[in-house]
Amino acid sequence: MTIQFNNETFRDDYSFRNSPWAIKRFPFPFHEDSYMYSVNMEQHRGGPEGSVYEKRFDVDEHYLSEMRDRALVLADDPLRCQSLPHMTLAGWDTLELIMTCKAEDYPDLFELHRDGNRWRWINKPMGIDQSFTFLDPTTLPCGPLEYITRQTQGDFAVLDQRDEMLWMDAGMVTTQADWSLDFDIGMNFFEWHAPVPLAHEMGIFQRALKFLLNVQQGAPARRLNWTMTVNPLLDTSPENYHKWGVQKTTLTPENIGAKQHLRVELQTFFRLPRSNALLFPIRCYLIAFQDVVSVPKWGRRLHRVVRDLPEELATYKGFIANRPLMIKYLSRFDDGLPTSPGVWPDLETEPPLQK
Amino acid sequence: MSKFQFPESIASRPVYGTLAPRPGKAHLMIADAEGAEALLDLAAQDAGLMAKAHILYIPKGTGETYVEKLRAAGPAQLYIGPSYAASVQRLRRVLSDAHMGLQVYLAGTEGLMGQAMNEAVSAGIPHSAIQTEHRGSTARRMQCVHCKGITEDVTTDPFVCSHCGLNLFVRDHYSRRLAAFQGVCIDAEDPGNVPPAKEIYS
Amino acid sequence: MSAAPQKARAGAEKIEVVVAAVVPVNELVTRFEFRRPDGAEFPPFSAGAHTVVEMHDDGRTRLNPYSLMSDPGDRSLYAISVRRDDEGRGGSLYMHRHVKPGDAMTITYPVNLFPLDLRARKHVFFAGGIGITPFMAMIAQLEQSNGNWELHYACRSAALGSYADELRGKYPNKAHIYYDDQEQVIPLDDLLSGQPLGTHIYVCGPKGMIGWVKARAAALGWPDEAVHSEEFLAPQPGAPFEVRLCKSDLVIQVGEHESLLEAIERAGVDAPFLCRGGACGQCETEVVELDGEIVHRDHWLDEAEHASGKKIMPCVSRFIGKTLVLDR
Repeated sequence: MTIQFNNETFRDDYSFRNSPWAIKRFPFPFHEDSYMYSVNMEQHRGGPEGSVYEKRFDVDEHYLSEMRDRALVLADDPLRCQSLPHMTLAGWDTLELIMTCKAEDYPDLFELHRDGNRWRWINKPMGIDQSFTFLDPTTLPCGPLEYITRQTQGDFAVLDQRDEMLWMDAGMVTTQADWSLDFDIGMNFFEWHAPVPLAHEMGIFQRALKFLLNVQQGAPARRLNWTMTVNPLLDTSPENYHKWGVQKTTLTPENIGAKQHLRVELQTFFRLPRSNALLFPIRCYLIAFQDVVSVPKWGRRLHRVVRDLPEELATYKGFIANRPLMIKYLSRFDDGLPTSPGVWPDLETEPPLQK
Repeated sequence: MSKFQFPESIASRPVYGTLAPRPGKAHLMIADAEGAEALLDLAAQDAGLMAKAHILYIPKGTGETYVEKLRAAGPAQLYIGPSYAASVQRLRRVLSDAHMGLQVYLAGTEGLMGQAMNEAVSAGIPHSAIQTEHRGSTARRMQCVHCKGITEDVTTDPFVCSHCGLNLFVRDHYSRRLAAFQGVCIDAEDPGNVPPAKEIYS
Repeated sequence: MSAAPQKARAGAEKIEVVVAAVVPVNELVTRFEFRRPDGAEFPPFSAGAHTVVEMHDDGRTRLNPYSLMSDPGDRSLYAISVRRDDEGRGGSLYMHRHVKPGDAMTITYPVNLFPLDLRARKHVFFAGGIGITPFMAMIAQLEQSNGNWELHYACRSAALGSYADELRGKYPNKAHIYYDDQEQVIPLDDLLSGQPLGTHIYVCGPKGMIGWVKARAAALGWPDEAVHSEEFLAPQPGAPFEVRLCKSDLVIQVGEHESLLEAIERAGVDAPFLCRGGACGQCETEVVELDGEIVHRDHWLDEAEHASGKKIMPCVSRFIGKTLVLDR
């Protein structure tokens, strides 16, 4: 299909909107009526047609606007994209993987022509036509990681693998759930996850690390994570927290449906062939509460999840203060009926709201 | 002087040990203030160690307290520096022609150990191969996550960023690369509501 | 989430290949070059990676890991070199005797358990015998990126020094060869003492050589993180034994010339694996009941785990005794 790209903002007037198509394909993260941490990994080998899982790097209606927002963030703070010196090869790996996948998966939008190491990359939506020499950084306007991730939705952490450990040694991070690449770069897997409550004690990170160390070439993996954001703000960075934090206090019973957003990360994991590093794309999808509840099953379930979430998690995810307001709003969309298992909207089979 | 017991914390917060002699042809020891005591304890464990040791020592507030004792331990080279900043060029020079097998021992305050470790790591020594022992002040080196400025010797929580003036709370999240803990705005969601500052470990 | 759940498959993804060349290197070693049947490029790989080669030998399937030794910059072929082991279980003999140009074979995607540490200011390689193979790829990769390296390569004799002349010819100042029969010995202590900070060493060869390099490096104060090694263990033959697989509710017999992992697979039980050489940890299996002695041969479990009798690596380890029950 041809994607109609939105012209919208993720700041100031917040004109971001999801079309009915985007709502229906939203990666709703709860497969049952409650939530607790789990490693929840599965293979990333496609998914139902039209779903966000179908392509290796999903492109949707927000593409151009997200790339504009990324450029604004980088102009303001270039430290959001960094690569330690030994990660250059992994940057080329990332560029090669994304260009190859996008050209194969979206031939109407992207083209890659290769003649040995002489490559030509065409990105039609962004109006880019770049000839360059693969592995020669002097032929690109910036480093390979920055170059390709300025044209690809989602944050990117590039993890070096050494001594049975993963190290966050490069990244492009402008749509993050409140963590700083500039601060965390160089840390190991346990260190950069250090601020996460409960999961360490549950052994989640040990199990996840073991799984990720064994993600092999040709066999990528994925999982979902989620949090909450007031206003469709992509750049919820610690760097700018003193500016956006106050927005959390602007929720009212009247505006919560439009202002409060569920924020879902589709996390994928690819072994990079030349560097043996692990690419960890973190793709952020936002949806307003009023759009979530337009799917009856999701409305019922989100109410139950938010209501029953352990206090530590609501605090860590930054919505403990707004939780009562959220529960009050969401309860209007929960009639107590059972919900079908799994994450899909099941619009045809789940009953409409009975109140 | 008894050693301070840091409360148990998150995985990114450094954990300090007790210096112990290791095999190696060359030994580099860097300490500030009461960190000298850890070096003297180390010397006492292995009489032969000091003959192969180069000590860089910054007395800070301790003045002459430990200088003669360190000299008496008989290091091959002893440098007494007025500050870490004044010593760092010498440290880089020493690392620039050192060989694999060099043992690095750090002792004293967290700020000194963190910065010296960063130099050694940049020179090519894995951080986990560098020994550390905390002695003396528990003041912290803090980075403001907002303006990126470093405030040295922070002893209270919250504190005021010495660069941008924001009120920051003290996290245990620590970056080896920056040799600093993270400070985050405490009143972002309720501007002006800043709780009174308390001693960090009180 | 369960968007489209798929069960993870055992082993790495597979690639169909055609044997393009079989090149005798010397009396013991033969190089096999693979191309793709459709002429397509191979996936890129990182130096140090291995592939697992599937052999169909008279009704039984052998899966043996070999280091990729070709230039990672050349995506038209993958090459391995196989040393004939007349005492082994037969995988290398099969390769030497039966594999011919034009044969169709199946190999796995590259898996790297012996990567270069790209932070290193300098890479020093210690090779013994057929242990030269991963370094052939590493040298090619580092030459491409102007990396700083040197090689110290011990061979039995000039006649058995695989690729020794080629390496010395191309890199006279970087490749140093030592022949056992001329009583030439790698001057290990001198080499380890003079390396600048940021140097990493890599050793691949017989067990004794790996142990020697690691022990001298530790004695000279080298950090473990700067010392890398790879030794693929071929599963050793041993007395047959019986195992009960409690999840599958099966009792299986492990023959003299097969590994426990191969016996599990032969029984139709899907068991995870990657390297099949005791190094990667994928096939780690819980021991439910034990009356006897596990003969641990892997590099994965630590000493305490070996002593506990609670875990076994079925790709290389065996069992002697009365009862062994596995959680598989």
